[in-house]
Amino acid sequence: MIWVNTVLQGILLGGYYALFAAGLSLMFGVMRLVNLAHGDLAVLAAFGSVVLVDQAHLNAWATLIVVVPLMAVIGYLLQRYLLNLTVGVTPLASILVTFGLSIIISNALLQVFSADSRGLQAGNISIEAIGLGDGLAVGRFDVLVFGVAVVLLAGLQLFLSRTMTGRLMRACADDRQTASLMGINERHVYALATAVALATVAVAGILAGMRTQFTPTSGPMDLIFAFEAVVIGGLGSLWGTLAGGIVLGVAQTVGGQINSADQILAGHLVFLAVLAFRPRGLFGRVTVA
Amino acid sequence: MTGLLEVERANTFYGHFHALFDIELEVAEGETIAVVGANGAGKSTLLRTITGVLHPASGCVRFDGRDLKQTPAYRRVALGMAMVPEGRRLFPSLTVEENLLVGGYRARPGPWQLARVYDLFPLLTRLRRRRAVTLSGGEQQAVALGRALMSNPRLLLLDEVSLGLAPVLVRQLYGALPEVQAAGTTILLVEQDVHQAMAVADRVYCLLEGRCVLQGQASELSFEQVRRAYFGGNR
Repeated sequence: MIWVNTVLQGILLGGYYALFAAGLSLMFGVMRLVNLAHGDLAVLAAFGSVVLVDQAHLNAWATLIVVVPLMAVIGYLLQRYLLNLTVGVTPLASILVTFGLSIIISNALLQVFSADSRGLQAGNISIEAIGLGDGLAVGRFDVLVFGVAVVLLAGLQLFLSRTMTGRLMRACADDRQTASLMGINERHVYALATAVALATVAVAGILAGMRTQFTPTSGPMDLIFAFEAVVIGGLGSLWGTLAGGIVLGVAQTVGGQINSADQILAGHLVFLAVLAFRPRGLFGRVTVA
Repeated sequence: MTGLLEVERANTFYGHFHALFDIELEVAEGETIAVVGANGAGKSTLLRTITGVLHPASGCVRFDGRDLKQTPAYRRVALGMAMVPEGRRLFPSLTVEENLLVGGYRARPGPWQLARVYDLFPLLTRLRRRRAVTLSGGEQQAVALGRALMSNPRLLLLDEVSLGLAPVLVRQLYGALPEVQAAGTTILLVEQDVHQAMAVADRVYCLLEGRCVLQGQASELSFEQVRRAYFGGNR
């Protein structure tokens, strides 16, 4: 029974990782852009939420209404006026620019908020559990996060496959030059993709802030798990990202059950194994020339 | 008759390579023009200069009297230019119908809509949910033509649509052109197959090594004249 519980907790943890990874997956899928500032942007959103709670006395949940659209606007501007300059140059260009961005964001946050760890209050939901009988129980908040991750990824998938803007994003991802011959302004389409990605990052960052304490420098750790989830699932595949998050989460909880010091290590080992034996990831798109 | 498209003394370079020399070209509304020439004569470069993928170092491209120097490629679609690129270049991960819909993203008002394209190419109706990458060459070319039509262009640019297709498919595609012409669309097509080009075009331009070496009414040019211009010299 202890193993059932371990796997169950791992699956829920995986939802949390997938929530983090959704934006990363979208940006890579559409623009082949590896955003190393992803984790720091999530932390930025969480601090945005902290400011609203402290200054405007908003409920932490209510801050989502403000922070999510705000991050989307930041995403649009960031892509339109900075990151677009790196698209299609070399993969290295985007890595260097977003790495620099990561350092700038975390240091700016340190400057303003100091290195103290902060948290966001989710209310009673964070201490309530749902009993499943037989001594099994899952945290209500963890179930909520998992649900949000599934809904978000499904929503993104629908958006990409059913809406005109989604089709334009896929067209640009397939062939930028031909897209411009169809009247598509790729700079605008890419900016919209990053806006959507950063909106999901804001959700992830704020929910993460309700789950655990964070500091201005906790971004890179979030980035690593998100990145591993994306790679395990297969680059550019949204459902793969959910599966990748779950594989990573289960690997960590099972590893932790065997030896509590090995939790993180177990996740990394599974990640390396996938890279070694299935470099395309579990659901990697087979590219047809 | 004022030209819908005017190319004036255009010189285009690929880096240091001078690809087009003082090209002059005028296309009137409703006309069908063929540009012929051997491999590397600069035909595709000319189309890329017109669509704005390449920019002429000197000279200009005017569309409906408007200088396009400041108009990026993606804005030219809304003005009424549509391109069927060489090699078709469908969006591989999109379905047939999605490719068509993306073609209509910046559509001007006009007769071409999904239903009309399916009428023109009935074979596409049952392929509409298939991914473009899984189609045969001829089917892909039909989608590429339909995708360009979806924007209701005033000027349709066709780059080597017959390349790599079986003759029967080429005939089918060219068989669709009269309906496009009848809708009032001006056509500028680039072809290696001189017979095919002269059969469908009102006027013919022949390029050789980046220069225009012959032009005239298709009905007044002999195949022999074009052949000589095509290969250059007195061969």
